[in-house]
Amino acid sequence: GRSEVSGGTAVLWCQQEMEDKVISPEKAEEVKLKARYPNLGAKPGGSDFLRKRLQKGQKYFDSGDYNMAKAKMKNKQLPSAPTEKSEITGGHIPTPQDLPQRKTSIVASKLAV
Amino acid sequence: MAGPGGDMQWCFSQVKGAIDDDVAEADIISTVEFNHTGELLATGDKGGRVVIFQQEIENKNQPQFRSEYNVYSTFQSHEPEFDYLKSLEIEEKINKIRWLPQKNAAQFLLSTNDKTIKLWKISERDKRPEGYNLKEDDGRYKDPNSITSLQVPVLIPMDLMVEASPRRVFANAHTYHINSVSVNSDNETYLSADDLRINLWHLEITDRSFNIVDIKPANMEELTEVITAAEFHPHQCNTFVYSSSKGTIRLCDMRASALCDKHSKLFEEPENPSNRSFFSEIISSISDVKFSHNGRYMMTRDYLSVKIWDLNMENRPVETYQVHEYLRSKLCSLYENDCIFDKFECCWNGNDSVVMTGSYNNFFRMFDRGHRRDITLEASRENSKPMQVLKPRKVCTGGKRKKDEISVDSLDFNKKILHTAWHPQDNIIAVATTNNLYIFQDKVN
Repeated sequence: GRSEVSGGTAVLWCQQEMEDKVISPEKAEEVKLKARYPNLGAKPGGSDFLRKRLQKGQKYFDSGDYNMAKAKMKNKQLPSAPTEKSEITGGHIPTPQDLPQRKTSIVASKLAV
Repeated sequence: MAGPGGDMQWCFSQVKGAIDDDVAEADIISTVEFNHTGELLATGDKGGRVVIFQQEIENKNQPQFRSEYNVYSTFQSHEPEFDYLKSLEIEEKINKIRWLPQKNAAQFLLSTNDKTIKLWKISERDKRPEGYNLKEDDGRYKDPNSITSLQVPVLIPMDLMVEASPRRVFANAHTYHINSVSVNSDNETYLSADDLRINLWHLEITDRSFNIVDIKPANMEELTEVITAAEFHPHQCNTFVYSSSKGTIRLCDMRASALCDKHSKLFEEPENPSNRSFFSEIISSISDVKFSHNGRYMMTRDYLSVKIWDLNMENRPVETYQVHEYLRSKLCSLYENDCIFDKFECCWNGNDSVVMTGSYNNFFRMFDRGHRRDITLEASRENSKPMQVLKPRKVCTGGKRKKDEISVDSLDFNKKILHTAWHPQDNIIAVATTNNLYIFQDKVN
């Protein structure tokens, strides 16, 4: 407690404590976010985040792995595992069925109707 | 916004696009742009298609109705590609359309996706030749022995046909994703900007471009900011600006050096370090920068506000307008659902007195600089009766919600207005919701 401090200073100290407790809405949101994601890095605008932005559209494709996977499938007759079409990275070798068919939309824009 | 008769009111004029809620990804509108006279209005979408609307000639008998915009031309500008060398999927989404000032009968525009810029020529054909000597009218060749006399072919009128053809393809100059193109006032060159570099092109030359800004660090681990937008000055052909993800704008003078890595001016508003939070840098990222028509000011849009800068004052903006300040206490959820990264654009009206930008829930905001008034309007099918006056909308930030107000928690964050455009001379605006294009105009007495 602060009972040993003189009356005037005690009032000031109480005010300071109150001010510290009034956090800006932005900082309150930050506290919320860090509570949900404790491993969140300290620098949000930093290198990792920007580099992820620069890598948009990156799909990983190795023709060697792809052809071997195709050959394996022919032999084992495995059903192709349903996968997230957007997540063809990591351990999964994309097969012809997995690669999204990027064809132009030949349908006219609905704005032009 | 007071007009000569008092407050200006905005009315619904037209809406383009499908009504159904099931939106195909290709139909998402990604850019909207009026041409220099306002007669043409172009849209680009995620499916790589461009649709151009033309304003019909005004009906002089009914001056209270401003003319409507009808489809003039539509074409597939870009197609999806896969860069096998880099394992990169290249979206066909049109990021930007910029019109060239008209020089002859045809119209020209630049459209760009993430990697390739194309110059499109849009021309009209309303006559066709008839009466060839060697061919029938249907194209079959005549038997030469049957030709006994000579005739001069004549041009006869035909139904108007509007043709779009790609005249130039400016490819392979960008490693990163193109966010801006801007035509120079010299009408010969233009710039294209990606996350780390800005290139200068000549409109006639496709096999080379000059790199004028390069902010790529030698070591990518040291990357701290990216280029978010760039634009040429409307009159000074040597001047351009580019904005960054850290909330700064750099003005560059191409006369100073070939590589404009060193800026001539750096516009940055000082930040109170005690206010700094995890979100500070993200919400300070500038999503759009636009010069005023008179070339004395520029406007920037960051996540929560619109700022007007005097080109002669670098240390702070001259005006700041809050677009949706109530979102500051929602930043945590907006970060989780990625909305905090939404890139809103902004635009000036013809005489630089009013600025406009979009928000969520299909709301858009206008700020009248002179009268210090602002208004929130909504683009919705519910307010789409012909010439229906739009009622101002209000978001309730806390406490008792008044009738007709909407509370922050009821806002639909999937309904975002990222792209808006203002007719260069008239009070006609084009507002894009996810897949619909609304055209509003002020109420003519």
